[in-house]
Amino acid sequence: MTLDLPLIWAVLLAIAVLMYVMLDGFDLGIGILFPFARTPTERDLMMNTVAPIWDGNETWLVLGGGGLFAAFPYAYAALLPALYVPIILMLLGLILRGVAFEFRLHGRTRGKPFWTVAFSAGSLIATLAQGLVLGGFVQGVTLKDRAFAGGGFDWLTPYSVLVAAGLAAGYALLGATWLVWRTEHELHGRARRWAWIAGAKVAVLLAAVSLATLFVHPRIAARWGFEGGAFDLARLAPLLPVPALGAAGLVLLAVGLVRRAHFLPFAGALVVFLSGYLGLGLSFFPAIVPYSMTFRQAANPDNTLALLLAGAAVLLPAIIGYSVWVYWLFRGKVGADAGYH
Amino acid sequence: MDFDALLLSRLQFAFTIAFHIIFPSFTIGLASFLAVLEGLWQATGNAAFQRLYLFWIKIFAISFGMGVVSGVVMSYEIGTNWSVYAVKASPVIGPLLAFEVLAAFFLEASFLGVMLFGWRKVGPKLHFAATVLVALGTLTSAFWIVSANSWMQHPSGFAQLADGTLRATSWMAVIFSPTFPTRLEHMVLAAYLTTALSVGAASAWRLLKDAEETESCIALKMAIGMFAIAAPLQLLVGDASGKQVLHVQPAKLAAIEAFWETRTEQPFHIVAWPDRAAVGNRFEVSIPRLGSWITAGDAKAEIKGLKAFAPQDRPPVFIVFWAFRVMVGLGVAMIGLGLWGAWLCWRGPGPQHARWFLRASVAMGPAGFVAVVAGWVVAEVGRQPYVIYGVLRTADAVSPVSRGQVSVSLVAFMVIYAVVFSVGALYILRLIAAGPLAPHTEAPMGDGRPPGYALAAAPPEPEAGA
Repeated sequence: MTLDLPLIWAVLLAIAVLMYVMLDGFDLGIGILFPFARTPTERDLMMNTVAPIWDGNETWLVLGGGGLFAAFPYAYAALLPALYVPIILMLLGLILRGVAFEFRLHGRTRGKPFWTVAFSAGSLIATLAQGLVLGGFVQGVTLKDRAFAGGGFDWLTPYSVLVAAGLAAGYALLGATWLVWRTEHELHGRARRWAWIAGAKVAVLLAAVSLATLFVHPRIAARWGFEGGAFDLARLAPLLPVPALGAAGLVLLAVGLVRRAHFLPFAGALVVFLSGYLGLGLSFFPAIVPYSMTFRQAANPDNTLALLLAGAAVLLPAIIGYSVWVYWLFRGKVGADAGYH
Repeated sequence: MDFDALLLSRLQFAFTIAFHIIFPSFTIGLASFLAVLEGLWQATGNAAFQRLYLFWIKIFAISFGMGVVSGVVMSYEIGTNWSVYAVKASPVIGPLLAFEVLAAFFLEASFLGVMLFGWRKVGPKLHFAATVLVALGTLTSAFWIVSANSWMQHPSGFAQLADGTLRATSWMAVIFSPTFPTRLEHMVLAAYLTTALSVGAASAWRLLKDAEETESCIALKMAIGMFAIAAPLQLLVGDASGKQVLHVQPAKLAAIEAFWETRTEQPFHIVAWPDRAAVGNRFEVSIPRLGSWITAGDAKAEIKGLKAFAPQDRPPVFIVFWAFRVMVGLGVAMIGLGLWGAWLCWRGPGPQHARWFLRASVAMGPAGFVAVVAGWVVAEVGRQPYVIYGVLRTADAVSPVSRGQVSVSLVAFMVIYAVVFSVGALYILRLIAAGPLAPHTEAPMGDGRPPGYALAAAPPEPEAGA
């Protein structure tokens, strides 16, 4: 039996990026919601809900970059120069928010407010930059001889700005529903209100991004059976479960919020993200650099991918195992008293 | 692509990685130190070990955080600025870097959370296990990154295909390239030395104020024990590494020693002003024949000089020559400090009462960091003009990005790093100045310590055998 190694790695990498978006999504969302907290105590609480796990969440991003380098170097080498500015912005944003976790505890009269702002601004910058990366990626990258040959600001279009706004709303929704799940009392109530507002924005922006994506590239329109202003139902029908999943996620979110459920809204937000991710993925698959390079063209030779897979087969189950254990360890409501521990 | 984007990309990579390397070299040693402290605390029930653990874990958390954020940059910067290198190197060393993420980063990140916040969630044994796993993670990370770097210094186990791409032919030869074991020993010893010097300096600072502070006294003796052993060992490992360089990277060795002519009985230049334009040293203070003896173990040995290499194949001499002397000079000073400290422990009332030794220990606190960065300069600048030695030139490795983009990003990195790292250093120095017995001084929240704070739920007061 021979394994289709490039396909396996394309799927694994897609899962790693999805893991990142869902997990660091709520961390970044908490940073985006920081300015809306009423008191410093509330902000401390918000941060404490993710303090033990954020670092593990961000590691999926390192795996995304490292995995792309290791498995699909041609894509890595084409995409990163093309998206140079938003990638660097993302890194700088992540630096500010990452150090703030520790620095806020050690800052005094001036330091603490400074790192509070840095945490929030860093989270927002990283989120918007990721949205610009995603938008710039979906709309396509100009290549010549498998290397980037476009302009330095090709990624900046109304479409990528719309995607960035959508991602910020999405992360805020993940953050708000996470807080609904993991906090109590006033903050819990406030998080519920944030979840309603963010949820409404996500519903609007998700629809807007979905429609706009149809006009970004003829290949996407063809994939979804959209031609001459009308849908070809025969081609659209098999893909309809994806938008349906998104709608189901939004319903789950709304039902959860109405019923004052604690976990359900977060689950709904995750389903919305899953549907958006699948929708975009289906739009450009099998391209890994839209619309110039497929994942097969970008892949490393099989002996490299085989070694990678051997390592991942041992290490990934272990990673998932202890990550789940750590989440389980820090389960439950995070209160203002030290009883949290 | 133009020369300026190349130069700016090199500056940016050098700047970001030089900052980054400081933190791993501190946290590799500190994680092991913490594991030893927690082990001793659990084995002996001595509360002094507990207080030391709770003190150093705060400093570890700050350093680790800065290491993480500056490390994420590296995994993307290879693509943003060195895309040609990425394509070329990935088929061979891609798995090595991916294994660093899979085997080390996840382990460290997950169990760091348990280490910092898990006090009342797990029992003492499991907490100790988390500390040990974090320490193992830092060493695993060193293993893979030094493996990848050693391959770039002296590639083996690969073939170049007709289309110019590389292909691994033996993974064992790729991972365990000939210079890897020595380089790994050199790096881990450097990390342990850096930490020991920092711990020694922090403890000495406290002891200068109060020679009776038990915790600082214990920590100082542990630090002396480490650098008294590690510094002489490092001299041996460094010498072995240098002898390998003589065989596998003769141009680098010639730059390290500022040898221009190929000859036997090379002199050893104590100081010199090597000038690439003048193809010689503008001045030099030398010891005859010692150069051949040090580099080859034989004063009669013929050692290649830089003139034996085409001008475009010569590494920058001045910076390599001087970085090497800074590293070795500090290494010798570390050996001296170790001998002095060992002698004080053996004879007399103990090192905590030797004020000049304490002052010297404080002064030597940053020496490990400086030596690590200097050593890194010797290794990486000495490899120039190649990024993969003998295979890919640095000038051919750069991304097709514009000069404008790289200059703006370089300035942005410099500004953000300056703020983040000077504040981080300030917070660490503040903690060190307050010492292991200081009450918690963080901004209070509600009933005192913030609940998510690393130590909020640590056993409130020393509990023997807790």
